[in-house]
Amino acid sequence: MRTIAAGADKRILLWKKNLPHILAYGILGVATLPIILMYLWLLLSSFAKQMKYGFIPVHISLENWSFLWSNVQQAGTTYPSIWLAAWNSLLFSGSLTMLEVIIGVMAGYALSRLDFPGRKGLMKMTLLLHAFPSVALLIAVFYILNFLGLFDSIWGVVLVKTALQIPMTAWIIKGFFDDVQWDVEWAGMIDGCSRFKVWYSIVIPLIKPGIAAVSIFSFLSGWSEFLLLYSFILSDANVTLATYLQKLISDPNQINYGLLSAVSLFYMIPVLVLFIVSQKSLMQVSAGGGKRV
Amino acid sequence: MPALIRKWKFPFLMLGPFMILIFLFFFLPVILIAVLAFTGMDSSMQWTFNGLENFKHLVSDPNLGVILKNTCLYVFFTLLINVFFGLILGILTTYFIQKESIGLLFRTLWMLPRISPPVVYVLLWLWFFDPSQYGVLNSFRAFLHVPPEKWLASNPMTAVILANGLVGASYGMIIFSSAIKSIPGELIQAARVDGAFHWAMIQDIIIPAVRWPLMFVTLWQLLSLLTSYDYILLLTNGGPLYSSEVLALYSYHKAFENFQYGYGSALAFILVGIALVMTTILWKIFGMNKLMGSSRIE
Repeated sequence: MRTIAAGADKRILLWKKNLPHILAYGILGVATLPIILMYLWLLLSSFAKQMKYGFIPVHISLENWSFLWSNVQQAGTTYPSIWLAAWNSLLFSGSLTMLEVIIGVMAGYALSRLDFPGRKGLMKMTLLLHAFPSVALLIAVFYILNFLGLFDSIWGVVLVKTALQIPMTAWIIKGFFDDVQWDVEWAGMIDGCSRFKVWYSIVIPLIKPGIAAVSIFSFLSGWSEFLLLYSFILSDANVTLATYLQKLISDPNQINYGLLSAVSLFYMIPVLVLFIVSQKSLMQVSAGGGKRV
Repeated sequence: MPALIRKWKFPFLMLGPFMILIFLFFFLPVILIAVLAFTGMDSSMQWTFNGLENFKHLVSDPNLGVILKNTCLYVFFTLLINVFFGLILGILTTYFIQKESIGLLFRTLWMLPRISPPVVYVLLWLWFFDPSQYGVLNSFRAFLHVPPEKWLASNPMTAVILANGLVGASYGMIIFSSAIKSIPGELIQAARVDGAFHWAMIQDIIIPAVRWPLMFVTLWQLLSLLTSYDYILLLTNGGPLYSSEVLALYSYHKAFENFQYGYGSALAFILVGIALVMTTILWKIFGMNKLMGSSRIE
């Protein structure tokens, strides 16, 4: 009798102890469910001809994915090829990444190691610019691009986007250089290498993880970029996946969620792959550089 | 002299491209905005200085009232979701869920909206609010045999706030959870032994530990919310009429839709002014290290 009572007591105590944790799982589960369902819908509806109640797929088919081999046509207008948009997106994000990494590594090294007048001021400025909301300057940026003859060109937007992200990139890379021991550089210089040679062949290989993280981050942010491409690019020849999808969404004749979700998934493949590969460092970078431009 | 050149050549080369980009797309634009704000530049791109005309026009702008009201509503409620929901997510995934792998799984799922391209993320919300019976909300109504509702037309501000709120919540979540994780384990253990209940633990240990990040996230998000608008542009484009238009988007529309570059610049000029003040506050309160502490990859 007593043991049963004690057992019950123990069970109640255990319950009392675990209840908050169980509740936490419950709340998190319920709160996260909409996100899971939304992305699940994206997947399901891309393979379905029709969705019952908007949610249950009927008639599974690959029809929505036909944009991969034939251009989308809607009410008399033919959309540009998805592969052109994918190529342009790749060109945009790829050159953005290259430019950002090269300029960022150069500037980050200078900020970390070199001595020049106004070094402190430049460091403060780099930090301030990271907080500066550059979207407010879009009108002036338009004027400058127009003046330089770079309006409606992917290269113009690459330059703008690189500039907007470079303060943060340079600062992150500076952090990596800071962690490299001075001795490594001294040793190289005593052996008779020039400053540049030491930097290039000894120090840079040591910060490879930092370069990888910054590359992935800038590629992703270029791949997702919408506002700058939408504002500064007009012609169909320069369409990217972001503006392509936006065109499909805003077309009043187009309420075909099947097609929209298939294009979205196609667009998200690199994002998901890179996110899974680099999830940990990305979550940290994204916390600091979370400001979307 | 040659020695001097040799000394500065290397830093100059290394910083050159960086400085050119920053000059071209940060400094020059700030100056340009300040000058353009006093012109009546339109699509003909002529510099016609008109003094304070733009600002006089702004004060008498019939849309200004509703736009200011929208901006306040949007910033206040989005910030509320960002900070409080972010904090709740942070506490739940780090403190209550003690298995790190599960906490990480939830945090990863919450990152999905943030890493999704804005166009894709907005598509999900468009489907959620779809006016036909196939939208999420309307399919619930269909179950109850209630006719579909045009959610985006009837509640544009709510939609805008929800969509932005969820994205920002994940930002708060990450910052807060790393702050909570940095609380020494002994402190929590000691509190446990003393019989502290969860509520007391949150109040006395977790909240003090996240006090600075809390302030940082609030100010940082306030700054971003005031000046960025890509989700609003994609979701409602400020409509219907001006019912979800905010100040930053209004400046954008004036310039890129109505080609009133001068007037748009005047609006942007005000925003830049607000942003500069806020950046200075951020700077003063958090200093250099705290501001950047969160973005160093370890």
